[in-house]
Amino acid sequence: MIPLLGITTQALFAQLLVGLINGAFYALLSLGLAVIFGMLNIVNFAHGALYMMGAFFAWFLLNTLHIGYWPALLLAPLGVAIFGMIVERTMLTRLQGLDHIYGLLLTFGLALIIQGLFQNYFGSSGQPYPVPDLLKGGANLGFMYLPNYRAWTIAFSLAVCLLTWFAIEKTRLGAVLRAATENPQLTRAFGVNVPRLITLTYGFGVGLAALAGVLAAPIYQVRPLMGADLIVVVFAVVVIGGMGSIMGSIVTGFALGLIEGLTKVFYPQAANTVVFVVMALVLLVKPAGLFGRKA
Amino acid sequence: MTKRSLAGAACGLMLASAGSIFAGAALAQEKAIKVGVLTDMSGPYGDVGGAGSAVAAQMAIEDSGMLAKGWKIDLISADHQNKADVGSNLAREWIDQGKADVFLDLLTSSVALAVNQIVKEKNKVALISGAASSDLTGKACSPNSIHWTYDTFSQANSTGKAITKAGGDSWYFVTADYAFGKALERDTTTVVTANGGKVIGNAMAPLNNADFSSQLLQAQSSKAKVVGLANAGADTANSIKQAAEFGLTQGGQKLAALLMFITDVNALGLPAAQGLEFTESFYWDLNDKTRDFANRYSKRVKNGAKPTMVQAGVYSSLIHYLKAVETLGPTTDGAAIVSTMKSMPTDDEAMGKGYIRQDGRKIHPVYLLQVKKPSESKYPWDYASVVATIPGEEAFRPLAQSECPLVTK
Repeated sequence: MIPLLGITTQALFAQLLVGLINGAFYALLSLGLAVIFGMLNIVNFAHGALYMMGAFFAWFLLNTLHIGYWPALLLAPLGVAIFGMIVERTMLTRLQGLDHIYGLLLTFGLALIIQGLFQNYFGSSGQPYPVPDLLKGGANLGFMYLPNYRAWTIAFSLAVCLLTWFAIEKTRLGAVLRAATENPQLTRAFGVNVPRLITLTYGFGVGLAALAGVLAAPIYQVRPLMGADLIVVVFAVVVIGGMGSIMGSIVTGFALGLIEGLTKVFYPQAANTVVFVVMALVLLVKPAGLFGRKA
Repeated sequence: MTKRSLAGAACGLMLASAGSIFAGAALAQEKAIKVGVLTDMSGPYGDVGGAGSAVAAQMAIEDSGMLAKGWKIDLISADHQNKADVGSNLAREWIDQGKADVFLDLLTSSVALAVNQIVKEKNKVALISGAASSDLTGKACSPNSIHWTYDTFSQANSTGKAITKAGGDSWYFVTADYAFGKALERDTTTVVTANGGKVIGNAMAPLNNADFSSQLLQAQSSKAKVVGLANAGADTANSIKQAAEFGLTQGGQKLAALLMFITDVNALGLPAAQGLEFTESFYWDLNDKTRDFANRYSKRVKNGAKPTMVQAGVYSSLIHYLKAVETLGPTTDGAAIVSTMKSMPTDDEAMGKGYIRQDGRKIHPVYLLQVKKPSESKYPWDYASVVATIPGEEAFRPLAQSECPLVTK
């Protein structure tokens, strides 16, 4: 153990790993936001509420239908995605071509309504959701005790993030999608059903939020406000990464988790603000964000 | 100004002030009481107080029997969002617009400390049930307020003492980074050291924190025998849940939830919370009276929850306030009402018999509880058994140690 500024390297490694775990959630959530913004040009303020819905969906499955964690990992994002697509078809689609602020206001209002409804029914302390049996326990890494479930969240969200990046940037489907964003008229001329593509993309982004919600359920209390607490940080991540940049949001998500973890070690009081300090600094130097394509 | 006009002005002033006295008397003659519940309606403490506190206040108004005697009692409630500035603004607004003579609940120490000051300035009444900081009857005590339900000293003195005496002689704190957390840590430290234990360190977490893994890892590597959670509400539930995940208790460390409410136990579920010791001034399943109160309450809240000690305290304090006002007759002189309340013994369905001390501390027994195993729980909300009943005189800070200027030593 070599102490560094009064902190042992052991403690440092442990905090870095914990930061990475939080970063996994930031990455997954900001990825969904980036997909939605990049493809639909909607600033989806309902993302936190949808993340919360994902967690509650899993909780419902367990407590009413006795469907466990593993099926929930698929069913909850699917269920919430369907809800998201209905929202897109009935409301968001009407805002096409209008200023960003309309989409922002609509989704923000939706978030408040959804959270209010859940809070009215469930109160604020939330509900417990157990860690799945397969991932109970943990491993002693020497410098820290790593719960198996946390290791799983890092691995799983990293895999989902990379797959998403690959699908959008490297496959034919992704190419069509990007074409639909860049020039919807021309893409339509090629026989692509652009509105349906957009609805599906929104559903996918929403599904990512719900997936993060299911991942979070065994770690945090399943609470109506769990998303509201997180969404502000996630937006900062997206802004730092560059609005709409897929890789940017993934890398920034993990990196900010790490920076936050380090801050918790060296100056805990600033742990909650460090993300915003970084955001301010990045915006000063690169207004389009670290990975942003255009200013 | 001539002498005559000066005299005229003086006469006019006298008349005016006499007029306002009459007007005041006329107003006071009206048998009206305005009750304000100021609490966290939507944040991490929403289930501890929140809408349930307003229900408890409504029950107290009905149970007081004063409505039948021609009193008009208005109830108003609002969300202070755990922000001292929001709470202060609401308090000023309610007082200036004549919407509240008495403030109830006042969850969150930072808000309570701020509102306390305003209430004293404007000579109203604050009956603090939700906030915990023992400073409210210490250096921040006021002739216009009573700290009703519990405080950081009584929590420390019960849970902290029991665990230290049972061999938990080295402590590490995970502390909520504001007035309440710091007061709870300070008071527990005093109790721990007085009982032969020592405190190794602490890790701060902001209010409404979701992830405690960083703080818990530090607690784990400190090798302290006891990890004291100086937080509350959803923060406590999250830290207990994550402590289990990181294997703190498996590693031989003991968790001390220094402030845990029955709603937190409900939120955690018995499998995660079993075995934890915690301290309450009210537990719904203590006796027939508390059960009756709790059942009446449950029927009126949306999710059928049992009342927390904060909500029971709101009921209890308002019952006593109304008794005092009935004795005094119509008045809005806050200091006079509080002084009358201090002179009368307290007795109500929820919290039983007790009294109020010079420094504004309400004294009643405090219960050291233990969360039941899932197999021991027989009916809904059957969550805890009483380990020890600590008499009020022992549980709360002795008057001799009080820094309150109101105490004549």
